[in-house]
Amino acid sequence: MSNAARWRERVVPPLVGIGVLLALIGLWQYFADIGAINRFVAPAPDDIARALPELFTEENLPASFAQSLGETLAAGAIAAAIGIPAGWALHRRRIVGFAFEGWVANLAAAPLVLLYPLFLVVFGRNAATIIAMAVVSALPPVILKTKEGLDGVRRALIDVGRGLRLSPRALFLRILLPAAAPVIGTGLRLGLILALISVVGIEYLIHFGGMGDLIAALGDRFEVARMFAAIGFVVLISVGFHALGEQVEKWLTRV
Amino acid sequence: MAHPRLITDPIWLLRVAAVVAILLAWQSVFWSGLLYRGVVPSLWAIGGALIGLLMSGQFYGNLAVTAYEVGGALLIGGGLGLLAGIGLGASRFASRGFEPYVHYLAPTPKIVFLPVLLVAFGTGPHSKLALGAVSAFFPMALTMAAGVRGIDPVLLRVGRSLRLRRVQMLRLIYLPALVRPVAVGLRLAFGLAMVGALLAEISLSNAGLGYIAAQDYGHFQTAEMYAVLIMIFALAAAGNAVIGRVVRTAGPAR
Repeated sequence: MSNAARWRERVVPPLVGIGVLLALIGLWQYFADIGAINRFVAPAPDDIARALPELFTEENLPASFAQSLGETLAAGAIAAAIGIPAGWALHRRRIVGFAFEGWVANLAAAPLVLLYPLFLVVFGRNAATIIAMAVVSALPPVILKTKEGLDGVRRALIDVGRGLRLSPRALFLRILLPAAAPVIGTGLRLGLILALISVVGIEYLIHFGGMGDLIAALGDRFEVARMFAAIGFVVLISVGFHALGEQVEKWLTRV
Repeated sequence: MAHPRLITDPIWLLRVAAVVAILLAWQSVFWSGLLYRGVVPSLWAIGGALIGLLMSGQFYGNLAVTAYEVGGALLIGGGLGLLAGIGLGASRFASRGFEPYVHYLAPTPKIVFLPVLLVAFGTGPHSKLALGAVSAFFPMALTMAAGVRGIDPVLLRVGRSLRLRRVQMLRLIYLPALVRPVAVGLRLAFGLAMVGALLAEISLSNAGLGYIAAQDYGHFQTAEMYAVLIMIFALAAAGNAVIGRVVRTAGPAR
């Protein structure tokens, strides 16, 4: 491919995408300035930009961010601790896999986050409810992808392990787990994203700290510009999580 | 009468055993008093609440509101997602320029947009419909984009070599090949539209299944709340099953 063709194929489209985005922001600013958009409903981009530092100085954004991040990572770790052995069990015992893989897949498609009132009455209005809900949301992809990854390990690798007389534990830790790591990594990435969605959603609903609670509180106080800035921050966190997960997944595939 | 094969099928037996174990565990917790009985009511209480819910006219009125919100969300969000997905899938330029934004916005927790939608559409069903539509847009757009890109190029070349007109290409090649992506996207969009609409109802509303679940929770009527949650999950499962049947009927991607 010539340099000009590569430029047309690879560089121009993202530049046009950024250009359109900036043009939309410019239009938004223009319509807000001439009063065509109600600033109370949709504050102008410059209002939002001014509100962003206020989130750090007056709304303690780092603490909210740290709480949401901590809860998401805790839920991800618990989901991995439960989901990887559960996926292994579905892989190891074929009958268990046949019986329950469909159920887990249905759970993945079910509106699990709506179970939060149940968790609320069991755990109370605290971080345990948020983490438990996030674990439930994150578990299905971790379980399913672990099973898929283990099912896909090449027979030859397992035969080599057996030829070396590895114990079942060593076979799992030294052969099955490393070989299935890229697919399990995909499950963990999906699980972490679902955990983040659940954490922010439940924080929003039960008003118990974190980014979700911050957005709900700003909305209740009609601090619309700060609320938009906080929403933008959550979008950035999601993008960061997604991008980080993709990089980890690529790294696992290479290793 | 149960099919004889089912009784001896170990997979079926395992599933029944799992359900019985879960129900027994629940009832044992109730009997033991380990957890406050208001939190873990007996299975009979939940069953009674479920029957009461199904017998009440209030349930069907709220079900209609939720159905309106989810249906509207699917129609608007899913429809726009379908068009956007076709656009992104059909044009490499559009895909490279704009798909990353759709890709990155898709995993954002949509509930954060609820305050904006409440201000824009009010506290009635339309803000719930809007949150459901925002939730439904992304899976539909991404599934359709992938579906359009996945159309077998051989089919397209055959169509062109047979000198099919644009309308014929659409009717004979594009549409049949897109049935499955539409069905898969619809399945994902349905689940997310339901979550979006119901979470918005739980958050702030005066009608809908989410509203009655929140009311029951607020009045600590846990058996009634569990009954509503069971109905929500049953409806979600039924919707999924119907769309799943369409996916299976559509067969593998062509």
